[in-house]
Amino acid sequence: MLHYDASSCNGCDIEVLDCLTPKYDLERFGVINTGDPFQADMLLITGGVNSQTESVVKQLYSQMPEPKVVIAVGICACTGGVFKECYNIKGGIDTVIPVDVYVPGCAARPESIIDGVMKAIRILDEKRAAAIKDRR
Amino acid sequence: MMRAGLVIAYILLAPVLGAFLDGLDRVVSARMQRRKGPSVLQPFYDLGKLFSKQLLAVNNVQLLLNLSYLVILMIAGSLLFAGADLLMILFILSTADMFLIMSASSDSSPYANMGAGREMIQVMAYEPLTLLLAVGFYLATGSFDVSVIMQQPKSAVFLMPGLLFGFMFVAAIKFRKSPFDLSTSHHAHQEMVMGITTEMSGANLAIINLGEYYEMVLMLGLFFLFFANKNWQSWIVAAVLCLVIFLLETLWDNVSARLKWKKVLYGCWTVTFVAGGVNLLILMLTH
Amino acid sequence: MTILLFLIGIPAAFAALFPFMRQQKARGVMAYTGAGLVMLTALAFLAKWLSNGARTVVLYPSTELVDHLMIGGDIILLCLIIFLSVRYKRVLPIIFSVLQTALVLFTEYTFSARLTGQAHIKIDWLSILMCLIIAFIGGFICIYTVGYMKGYHRHHKDVKDRQPFFFSMLFLFLAAMFGLVLSQHLIWMYFFWEITSVVSFLMIGYTRTEEAIDNSFRALWMNLLGGLGFAVAIYWMAATYRTLQLGDVVAIGAQLPIFCLAFAGLTKSAQLPFSSWLLGAMVAPTPSSALLHSATMVKAGVYLLIRLAPAFEGNVTGLVISSIGGLTFIAASMMAIAQNDGKKVLAFSTISNLGLIVGCAGIGVEETVWAAVFLMIFHSVSKSMLFQSVGATENTLGSRDIEDMHGLIITVPELAYIMGIGIAGMYLAPFGMLISKWVALKAFVDSGNFILVLFIAYGSATTMFYWTKWLAKLVSWHTPRDRVKDVTAKDEYASMFFHAMLMLVLCLLLPFIALEVVDPIVQGLFGNYTEVLSMDVLTTMAIMLVSVFLVPIIMFFASKAARREVVPIYMNGINAGDNRFFINSFGEKEHLYLSNWYLRFDFGRRHLMIPSVVLATAVLVLGFCLVLGGGV
Repeated sequence: MLHYDASSCNGCDIEVLDCLTPKYDLERFGVINTGDPFQADMLLITGGVNSQTESVVKQLYSQMPEPKVVIAVGICACTGGVFKECYNIKGGIDTVIPVDVYVPGCAARPESIIDGVMKAIRILDEKRAAAIKDRR
Repeated sequence: MMRAGLVIAYILLAPVLGAFLDGLDRVVSARMQRRKGPSVLQPFYDLGKLFSKQLLAVNNVQLLLNLSYLVILMIAGSLLFAGADLLMILFILSTADMFLIMSASSDSSPYANMGAGREMIQVMAYEPLTLLLAVGFYLATGSFDVSVIMQQPKSAVFLMPGLLFGFMFVAAIKFRKSPFDLSTSHHAHQEMVMGITTEMSGANLAIINLGEYYEMVLMLGLFFLFFANKNWQSWIVAAVLCLVIFLLETLWDNVSARLKWKKVLYGCWTVTFVAGGVNLLILMLTH
Repeated sequence: MTILLFLIGIPAAFAALFPFMRQQKARGVMAYTGAGLVMLTALAFLAKWLSNGARTVVLYPSTELVDHLMIGGDIILLCLIIFLSVRYKRVLPIIFSVLQTALVLFTEYTFSARLTGQAHIKIDWLSILMCLIIAFIGGFICIYTVGYMKGYHRHHKDVKDRQPFFFSMLFLFLAAMFGLVLSQHLIWMYFFWEITSVVSFLMIGYTRTEEAIDNSFRALWMNLLGGLGFAVAIYWMAATYRTLQLGDVVAIGAQLPIFCLAFAGLTKSAQLPFSSWLLGAMVAPTPSSALLHSATMVKAGVYLLIRLAPAFEGNVTGLVISSIGGLTFIAASMMAIAQNDGKKVLAFSTISNLGLIVGCAGIGVEETVWAAVFLMIFHSVSKSMLFQSVGATENTLGSRDIEDMHGLIITVPELAYIMGIGIAGMYLAPFGMLISKWVALKAFVDSGNFILVLFIAYGSATTMFYWTKWLAKLVSWHTPRDRVKDVTAKDEYASMFFHAMLMLVLCLLLPFIALEVVDPIVQGLFGNYTEVLSMDVLTTMAIMLVSVFLVPIIMFFASKAARREVVPIYMNGINAGDNRFFINSFGEKEHLYLSNWYLRFDFGRRHLMIPSVVLATAVLVLGFCLVLGGGV
């Protein structure tokens, strides 16, 4: 899982980190946080996309090998949230790259983030099965 | 015959054992941190996943170098289990590492390059002790041959406790454990992303992981040499002690923070000199 | 065996002809011919000797006329040194030179009546091997020089073109080296020894810049100091033992002359505390560095030490020599880490490797001498290749900084591959250096030398470090900003390809060389021989050979088959289109620059040089005192 902060206020970021603490322990599902798009299956993005982060989001996405899923965490990442109308904000993540799972909330609660990640894993499995079928 | 069996067993089972130990390590680490942790079989799932992914590459030579790294490691391990010359095995081991470093530097990427540089420092840090280790076995048993070392009436550890300690100290480098996980790590470290493996994905990364499992088993095999002698009972004791050593490395991983390269280099060299050197000197004087 | 006179005579004749050859093209043709002739003669010499049964031969008991000529030569050299020293206002060379020449002349005239019937030339496996190294490596360096010097003068307009002189010196050097390795009589050997000292001095000073002159004089006085040791040994042997045969020196085993000769060997092979002359010698054009540091000059010192090796076992001299060798090995390899100039790294690595050879020779048992000879063979080929490729790279890139070789595999692939093979030959399994290291380590343990075991353990780690980081620079896939035009001439490539092929062939023929060449040498030196490499080790070697050569080739095809998509490298997602630039915090494009590790503050020359020189001097002085006290 790769976590990228597009233009978040850090509220969601901290909740994402919460998921890694002993209390929530995302690793029990085999998910770990990495800094490297090459080794990630999921791209987890907090905050809406602005003109500075747009190219970065695109590039990170292109550097992740297929199959991959994108999770938008927090309302800003889903739709742009309260910043939607700002002059520098493009809107939600789905204005730039395809998003598979939306996790709303301001900030999104750890439980719902974990739930979103679980959903993403399921989508990932489906995509993989489809890819394998394709290859045959 | 038995040697051939061992070699085949190594080639087939080392990744399984390695992945299992990796899973065990993750669970034990999680429990030490009062977490539940993943399933023990998680590394197997991960390997399967990596092989099923799309192959992204940053250049055309990386896969070649990674594969060479894996195969040369397998050869080194096979030689160990075939009872060949210990010193040669160690030389091949460092040659394999050379391929890993080449592979990382071939990207010409900032993080991989930094990882490669640090890996070189690490190799420089652990190499003196491994050479002294081979010399220690030679003095204690009269041969560099692993097959002869295994046929001793008494375990080598009684003659070389200092070298064992030194080896446990530097083995953390090879297991990629804190405080010596400079070049790459199993945990996320922002300052260098994934170090050496930053530019590797999918099957490329899986190859490196497999290589690491082979290497892990090889290292444990070297620990095994310390305890094993010609009685079969000692082999069981040795296997148990290897597991204990492995778990000690996990403990050490969890209680220590990453060090700077200078501390790593000089720390390893000092321990090598004090523990290994003194042990060796005593061996030389008495044999 | 008159053919051996041609071996010395042909290069000497060419050396005499070159100064009159002013035309570039004709000079090139003449250099090719000369080098070719030298190689052919060496081959014929080898064939003749083999067909005669490959026995050790001693020749020329009475050679009064030549002796007188040599004395004339000694005096001419003395005059030359005095003339140049006065001109550049140096004192040290004059003192040393006058002292030693006087001593040798005195010996010659006082004792010559009593010293008749002594052989002057000895041919055995070791001298044959040296001849082959000198003829082929030296010969190809001469061929390389033709192309290189053209490029050199195109780059260095400020340096006066003195090529006729340079070629003349190259060939004279070869002649002197042949003479040196074939001589058995100490006075003959001394004569050739002095020629190599003076010629190397002249070659180092080729550019006549202030730095070059300083460095060349440093080389001169250090080598003359060694020559003084040589002269003392000659006097002592003649006065006390009435013989001037090198073989007798070893057989008698008198400590003082052996120590003096070994001292000469140390200076010539640039061991601590005399390493600085070799470092300074890097100011010269590359061919002379290649010649001085791979095939000849330094090998002369090592050759002498290997000859003396049987007399080193278990005495103070041996202990001093091996300790200094070991110390040089580790100190030089540490200092090499902190260098970014390609030639400097090569210089330090040369010193370091010679240290290992000297350490081996100093122990003086069959195993170690075996390792020393082996190291010598591989070191000559590898190092000569490396010097040439660095020289060619410098002409092409305009820099010999290792940092500038980033991505050489893309810009000038041929040079990168050659350099890569050379580097691999210096330290990687299964190339010859490693097997020698294996033998050396085993031998050090067997001889119970704890310090040397530690030195080799740490030294090989540091050696590994500086080679790997260089190799890593070469293989980086980095498309450069501007295109580079490869200006390497055909003859330079011819020489480098020959070396690369030779390196690979040597690796493949490793067991053969071990059994057929190195074993007889050790047997010749010691009279008896114990097996060094067992069959087991050879099998392991074979496996390694296959793995390191074959695995990447197979994997090349395996990985070719894999489908993949090439994407940019990870730079936090801020790559500016390709792998070369990223967007900095001001929103501007910035060029990515990757540097190597140099650990300057830990392994810098500034920190390590003085302590190691002091330590080595102390060991040397202490050893000398012990020998004087115990031997007289």
